[in-house]
Amino acid sequence: MSELTGWGRTAATVGCPVSATAAEVPAVVRAAGERGLIARGLGRSYGDPAQNAGGDVLLPLPTEIGAVAADGTVRVGAGTSLHDLMVALLPRGRFVPVTPGTRYVTVGGALACDVHGKSHHVTGSFGDQVVDLDLVLASGETRTVGPAREPELFWATVGGLGLTGVITAATLRTIPVETAYAEVSTQRLPDLDAVMGEMREGDADVTYSVAWIDTLARGAAMGRSVLSRGEHATRELLGDVPDVLAPPRPPRLTVPLTPPVNLVSLPAVRAFNEAWFRKAPRHRTGEIQSLATFFHPLDGIAGWNRAYGPHGFVQYQFVVPDHEDATLVRILERISAARLPCFLAVLKRFGPGNDGLLSFPMAGWTLAYDVPAHPSLAPLLEELDRQVVAAGGRVYLAKDSRLHPALLPQMYPRLDEFRAVREEVDPHRVLRSDLARRLEI
Amino acid sequence: MLNALGQPQTLLLLGGTSDIALATARVWARSGDLHVVLAARPGPRRDAAAAELTAAGASVAAVDLEAEATDTHSALIAGIERDIDVALVAFGVLGDEERAWQDHAAAVHLATVNYTAPVSLGVCLADRMKRQGHGVVVALSSVAGERVRRSNFVYGSSKAGMDGFYLGLGEALRGTGARVLVVRPGFVRTKMTEGRDPAPLSVDADDVAAAIVKGIANGDDLIWVPAAMRGVMSGLRHVPRALFRKLPL
Repeated sequence: MSELTGWGRTAATVGCPVSATAAEVPAVVRAAGERGLIARGLGRSYGDPAQNAGGDVLLPLPTEIGAVAADGTVRVGAGTSLHDLMVALLPRGRFVPVTPGTRYVTVGGALACDVHGKSHHVTGSFGDQVVDLDLVLASGETRTVGPAREPELFWATVGGLGLTGVITAATLRTIPVETAYAEVSTQRLPDLDAVMGEMREGDADVTYSVAWIDTLARGAAMGRSVLSRGEHATRELLGDVPDVLAPPRPPRLTVPLTPPVNLVSLPAVRAFNEAWFRKAPRHRTGEIQSLATFFHPLDGIAGWNRAYGPHGFVQYQFVVPDHEDATLVRILERISAARLPCFLAVLKRFGPGNDGLLSFPMAGWTLAYDVPAHPSLAPLLEELDRQVVAAGGRVYLAKDSRLHPALLPQMYPRLDEFRAVREEVDPHRVLRSDLARRLEI
Repeated sequence: MLNALGQPQTLLLLGGTSDIALATARVWARSGDLHVVLAARPGPRRDAAAAELTAAGASVAAVDLEAEATDTHSALIAGIERDIDVALVAFGVLGDEERAWQDHAAAVHLATVNYTAPVSLGVCLADRMKRQGHGVVVALSSVAGERVRRSNFVYGSSKAGMDGFYLGLGEALRGTGARVLVVRPGFVRTKMTEGRDPAPLSVDADDVAAAIVKGIANGDDLIWVPAAMRGVMSGLRHVPRALFRKLPL
């Protein structure tokens, strides 16, 4: 038995970890007890989707990564991390079309959460990059599904939080890159209006775009941001850099232990945010950054989540539709007035969502907001939930650790379709997680 | 499930009409997503408690609890279908102190309700929560058990036993996902203590409720209410018997 939490290090429960190769997965699923089983990746979901109190938790095993086919697709085992995938792909001049803010997630986890990245407005989410995937159902039967093959089960599985079956392998599209670097433009914007205007007008012309927001700025500076955009750097642009396809390296720094108190305090964050904003150039273009620095800055410090101390933290990420700008402004005003220590708040404009029944993205604005976990947060986040629902938006279940089940059908209007698929493929609810119990999925 | 902010979804109140139990349920009911299983003797007090919690926003199911009928406890706990996120062991009797050590039946009744029944339910809850892989048992102890005094020693000794059992149970459950929180309030102004003169550092049921809610979110295993009671009691614990006898306690 072992105690598991999500990346937020909250709400620990104890389950029974199981390791199995893809070939052994059917037997492991069939052997699950009355508390069921859930597959876990690298534990980067913030809340409780990858833990299963009193039941089995299937841990990932890295597998071999296939050759890149002529059409640019690659076959990978679900336990493979995006880090390992990038290490394998970059020397071959290929890259993943979608990467989240950390490369320490597995392919299976990225599919189960239908993760997105800075490119969503151009490429869609991770699930959109799939040709097909292998899914072991509760019965132990393996099905190969994709957008063109059993699409109903496929789109229940993409974003389905592991509740339709265990993903064991996938065929993914990759993109050609000339280098392992990005050409980055950085722009400092004085307030929320400015950053929203800039993203609304300019995002269509760039592949990667995301803004860091200082949620502690008030008054005229409310929503001041650093907008970071980029493209894959060409070989020509890099000049005489020796190893232009150098793969990312493992983290160099580690937070070795959990401090007895939360280090992410208001004075520390206020100082950090002030410095971070001021250090950003007013407008700089053509900067060359490694893909790791550009996409995964926090991967440079292993275990950074420990800095929040023994009580952990929550990330509140929501999306509101395009025309609900006013809701985003209201929520940011509310967050700014709450004066909570948040050094990581990220604003992104999504393109259209996909057919994933529980997939998060929809065309509009998404904001992710990290804060230390504390009971006093509940009324604030409940108030934000109500605003998000009223605007026709939703919160991201891969980040959630405290939503109330009553709001879920309103946020995810296709929940009933998801439940119908689950009823068909897993009538006895073998695949279960703490999140599924909490949200009564 | 207990969420990241320490809010339970299913709360079992054992002794569901106790002021402290109800005050605690009210705090969580405010969030609008609480199911309360109210285990108490059937009757108007339980009906009133159910009505109060329903009005506060919780969904409520009442089940019959007879503390002294320990052979019914296992079925009671097994009959609760949802995962029990938090179970509050809140029942107890204070009784008449002088009768309690001179009337045989009164002494046995007090010891059974205050010690044997919590042990019986604690064993059932521990088994259930171990299988769940999560859950918190909150045991309402008392500072009276920290150093048992002449003026209420039958009650005090029963609380001392119960307190020791639950602290030990918490240790035994480490690593299972189930936890125990022992709560040691001082004098609480409730219907149980009605008509008695409040002692120094006395608190209300709402104070105890707030401390329990905080203790659960913090993952504590032992709390004192008010916190200052801890210092007072650790002083009193070391007072020599000859002097302790003379103190107006």
